[in-house]
Amino acid sequence: MAAGSSWGRWPRHEQRLIALTNRFCELPDFEPMLPFGNGRSYGDVCLNDGGTLLLTRGLDRFIGFDPVAGVLECEAGVLLSDIIKLTLPHGWFPPVTPGTALVTVGGAIANDVHGKNHHRVGSFGHHVVEFELQRSDGLTLHCSPDCNREWFCATIGGLGLTGLIRKARLQLRRVPGVWIAGDSQRFANLDAFFELVESSDAEYEYTVAWLDCASTGSKLGRGIFMRGNHVQHDAAAPRQRPPRTLHVTPPLSPVNAFSVRLFNELYFRRPAAQAPAARWHYQPFLFPLDSLLDWNRIYGARGFYQYQCVLPGAVVDEAAALQEMLRRIGASGLGSFLAVLKKFGDLASLGLLSFPRPGVTLALDFPNRGEATLRLLEDLDSITRAAGGAVYPAKDARMSAPSFQQYFPRWQQLRPFIDPKFSSSFWRRVSASTI
Amino acid sequence: MKRILIMGATSAIAEATARRFAARGDALFLVGRNALRLQAVADDLKLRGAQMAQTYLLNACEMDRYSSMLDAAAAQLGGIDAALIAHGTLSDQAACQASIDLLMQEFATNALSVMALCTHLANRFQAQRHGVIAVISSVAGDRGRQSNYVYGAAKAAVTAFTSGLRQRLYPQGVSVVTIKPGFVATPMTAAFRKGILWASPDAVARSIEHAMDRGTAVVYAPWFWRPIMWVVTSVPEFLFRRLRI
Repeated sequence: MAAGSSWGRWPRHEQRLIALTNRFCELPDFEPMLPFGNGRSYGDVCLNDGGTLLLTRGLDRFIGFDPVAGVLECEAGVLLSDIIKLTLPHGWFPPVTPGTALVTVGGAIANDVHGKNHHRVGSFGHHVVEFELQRSDGLTLHCSPDCNREWFCATIGGLGLTGLIRKARLQLRRVPGVWIAGDSQRFANLDAFFELVESSDAEYEYTVAWLDCASTGSKLGRGIFMRGNHVQHDAAAPRQRPPRTLHVTPPLSPVNAFSVRLFNELYFRRPAAQAPAARWHYQPFLFPLDSLLDWNRIYGARGFYQYQCVLPGAVVDEAAALQEMLRRIGASGLGSFLAVLKKFGDLASLGLLSFPRPGVTLALDFPNRGEATLRLLEDLDSITRAAGGAVYPAKDARMSAPSFQQYFPRWQQLRPFIDPKFSSSFWRRVSASTI
Repeated sequence: MKRILIMGATSAIAEATARRFAARGDALFLVGRNALRLQAVADDLKLRGAQMAQTYLLNACEMDRYSSMLDAAAAQLGGIDAALIAHGTLSDQAACQASIDLLMQEFATNALSVMALCTHLANRFQAQRHGVIAVISSVAGDRGRQSNYVYGAAKAAVTAFTSGLRQRLYPQGVSVVTIKPGFVATPMTAAFRKGILWASPDAVARSIEHAMDRGTAVVYAPWFWRPIMWVVTSVPEFLFRRLRI
């Protein structure tokens, strides 16, 4: 047994680790098993307390690439950053990228990840042409929108429970180069944010906002809105600095109410926040955090929670619900500086358990301060539930079974597709009987 | 562009090194015993930039086929500039103590087959008056320890053999590189922090690529194993035999 951990470094679980080295071997005979990619999901969807993790990073081979059609076939442990390295020189880019490129293809499918361009292209699952699913009974299923469609939809966003994704074919998208051009501007409140979204989403592929979650009163809901498009530009790519690594875990986290307020004030006021014409290399624009490896250690030995919810506008006013959420977070002083706000598009997700749905999504970190943090997150859940929203399983380590079952009303439909030898800590928690 | 033969091409270290060769556009001839896995590695290397990635199925114990394998490699690549010998097994020490057959078999795989292949390569490179023979030995060959002395003895044989071969081929301008990796974490375990002594296959591959380019005689991969092994080999026997390592 060894400890595997997720990006939030919390919870800590003991599990047997089995490293997969090629896509031709049989699944080992352990129970319960769960595929584990690059450990970038935050909570316990990638953990399996007392069970076995199948480490998929050894499945990192490219299988085929058609530079005319932009279709890439690769093993499931390949990282999106590896794909970019291979295909960008040919003018192709992953159509959907989460906030880090250090996720595996298998993980991106299993969590049906989304990016800053969700309003244009939907989530990762929309661009999966086909994948191969290995089941513990020895069967291999080829799944695509046309073949084994129900397995395809169960596995996209299926949290790794339907079997091991061994390889996948992805449709990439054309880009003119490494550059993204757009602008960055401050906004004073949530109304201004929604106006910016309204006026930007048609013209810009990527739109996202950083939100100052520490502010209260008249500053509540202020932030910085960024938008951009891939552009043709002749300047050579800047020399890539090798990423730095945070080597130590501070015993006490330096992230506290005071440091967060100070950071947010400075971040909000920095001159670059207001840039009418900006040009970024895709790396800092799409993956700002990938330049500091292991940044999650900043939260200290107890790790952190991330809370990401989506609030649809249908049931209650999304702006009002968001406002209430920010008020409670601000008053608690428990939030951190990494808060992200984004409006999802209307394209329906394919997966049974996919998270993206029309509405506004808020994501932010909370250093683990025990009960106080859990109480606040439960409080936020009550707002999300009242709004008919959902919390993102890939970020979660604590949502209750009733919450989950309300957020994902089709969760029971996943049951017949779950491999009898597969399970996860997350699944055991949220699928518990609610009576 | 170099024309490189890789024996044991599906091993983690060989594959990591081959990716570095592929990135610079080398032509590769990959030898291994598992057809599916070997082809998967070859397809990947081609996509990563290898000018050629030919596969050849061979089990290391089929030493009588080495000559025809090298003929095929020379024909496919149009000549061989360098060879990386990376095949081997991590012997089960306890099982080897219980079975002489297994002991002999492990020694054949990890030592005799390497010597045989080196000899074939040496004779060819000697005739063409250039070439690099890189062999993966191990720090375990520097001093036998009770926990893995069968493996260690085979690697010691490889180290001594390549040392002599290096002298023999020096006048012909052929380099022989002895590579001694320490603990190598497979990429799959990289997500889980090990001790600081563990290196990734790519870190070892970087040392190998560098050493093969420069014709370095003996390379510890990573470098810090050189002082560590200096200490290990300096411990006097009266003390060493009492250690439980």
